Amino acid sequence: MLEVKSLEAGYGLVQVLRGIDLNVNSGEIVAVLGSNGAGKSTLNNTISGLYKPFAGSIQFEGQEISGMASERIVEMGLVQVPEGRRVFPNLSVLENLEMGSYRRGKGNRAKNIEHILEIFPRLSARLKQLAGTLSGGEQQMVAIGRGLMAEPRLLILDEPSLGLSPLLVEQMFTLIKKINNDGLAIVLVEQNVVQSLAVADRAYVLENGEIALSGPASELIDDAQLKKSYLGI
Amino acid sequence: MSLLKSRTGILVMIGIIVSLFVPVFVANKFYIDILSLILFSAFLGQSWNILGGYAGQFSFGGVIFFGTGAYASSILLTTFGIDPWIGIFAAIAAGALAGLFIGFISFRYGLRGSYFALITLAFSEVFRVIANSVEFTGGGVGIFIEHAPGIKNLQFTDPAGYYYMALVMVIISLAIAFWLERSRFGAYLIAIRENEDAAEALGVNAFRCKIYAIMITGAMGGAAGTFYAQKYLYIDPPIAYSIGMSVEMLLVTIVGGMGTVFGPLIGSFVLHTVNEVARHFIDTPGLSLIVYGVILVAIIGFLPNGLIGLFKSQKKQTGGKSDA
Repeated sequence: MLEVKSLEAGYGLVQVLRGIDLNVNSGEIVAVLGSNGAGKSTLNNTISGLYKPFAGSIQFEGQEISGMASERIVEMGLVQVPEGRRVFPNLSVLENLEMGSYRRGKGNRAKNIEHILEIFPRLSARLKQLAGTLSGGEQQMVAIGRGLMAEPRLLILDEPSLGLSPLLVEQMFTLIKKINNDGLAIVLVEQNVVQSLAVADRAYVLENGEIALSGPASELIDDAQLKKSYLGI
Repeated sequence: MSLLKSRTGILVMIGIIVSLFVPVFVANKFYIDILSLILFSAFLGQSWNILGGYAGQFSFGGVIFFGTGAYASSILLTTFGIDPWIGIFAAIAAGALAGLFIGFISFRYGLRGSYFALITLAFSEVFRVIANSVEFTGGGVGIFIEHAPGIKNLQFTDPAGYYYMALVMVIISLAIAFWLERSRFGAYLIAIRENEDAAEALGVNAFRCKIYAIMITGAMGGAAGTFYAQKYLYIDPPIAYSIGMSVEMLLVTIVGGMGTVFGPLIGSFVLHTVNEVARHFIDTPGLSLIVYGVILVAIIGFLPNGLIGLFKSQKKQTGGKSDA
């Protein structure tokens, strides 16, 4: 579904990513793990068309999207939920959700809102509330819901657990698995190694802009290098 | 629900009909002149509102488009004899092009927030200095327009003529804002205002949308320039690129309510009325300005959403935070 080959990318003249090879198959959850500064967000933003790659190839459903404008990429069904929740604070929850469907999925807006409220039932009572007044967990639900409104075929979630309490983190990963059960492929970019590997099918570990480790999540969880680097054990 | 069938639509229609008859029932020309000024200021405020209120790009250089438009039609009239009916379209084009130029430079290099505000302020000074230095603008002397009343020249002996012209401009500006609020483009501008990065992640081309927004602002500002030049028959660099006018356009919008259809009109009406009333009743020199300033501070301090916030439902604001 998504195939990244020999990707080199960065900001301005600063190269962040070097020789990234990554692929995502239909219906999979693929975790991209790494500490701060490893290049996770650069990878997201390059795949999403927000940054132009220096070199390499990015193919989505067989079509080259490397360097393509982000709006075209969203129209093709590759949608990113950026880190830090980034809701539209002065718009209501409903307006936030509707914003997600202008580029893609407008025809099914009502049906999609209904579906999102089934996934995140606690948003039902808050549809008219300003998104900026919601709690962190609810804002994350709105951000993911807004991404789902675009009827993605592949959803990139950038650090959805960032800033949430441990209980909410667990709930968030359960919800991610629930969304994936509908057949939606997900790239889960995270620092939370344990929870991510628990829900992911496969994972890549980014270090200093390069893939340091990759493989099935069930194998990586026992990897000695990963345990030492990220879990301190 | 279409505008015409909604409560707002009915109120707008009543407002337009009443406005059409104001010059018939108000005999005092001074009041008609003040009303023209209010409408003109509301139009300028609305032009700022498109970029500043809806797209969230605060500009301190709104006057650039006004001045460029005023010069465009005035130069065409005085140098080439082209009447202001064509001149106003040239002014609209000139304002839009100035917007394209400033927008391209600012947005291409990612200027946002206070940086964008400052560069627009700097541009207004650059435009003023250029207008002061080159010959075709008349330099520091400015451009005098011949007094030749008549609809052909957009000049009127009766203030009602300017009143109706300003009224038409305001109606057009309200229609633009109304369309914006219901269009996909308007939704993109609001998304950019709320969070540009999140908007881009949803596939909004923020650069292109901001360029279109500043061009609309520029086009409207250009039209306002022609109105001013034909009303006052004189334009020079300190008037064309006055920082005070830039401040006025953002002030009427902030006081009335940014990013709303009627905010600039309400803000203009209240601010000009307060200003005129304070001047009328207070004789002590400068005191009226202090009163005006205090009222302004009170409105901005207590009504962060502007005066229009008084009429809006508070339901959205409530709900409180949950523990999730």
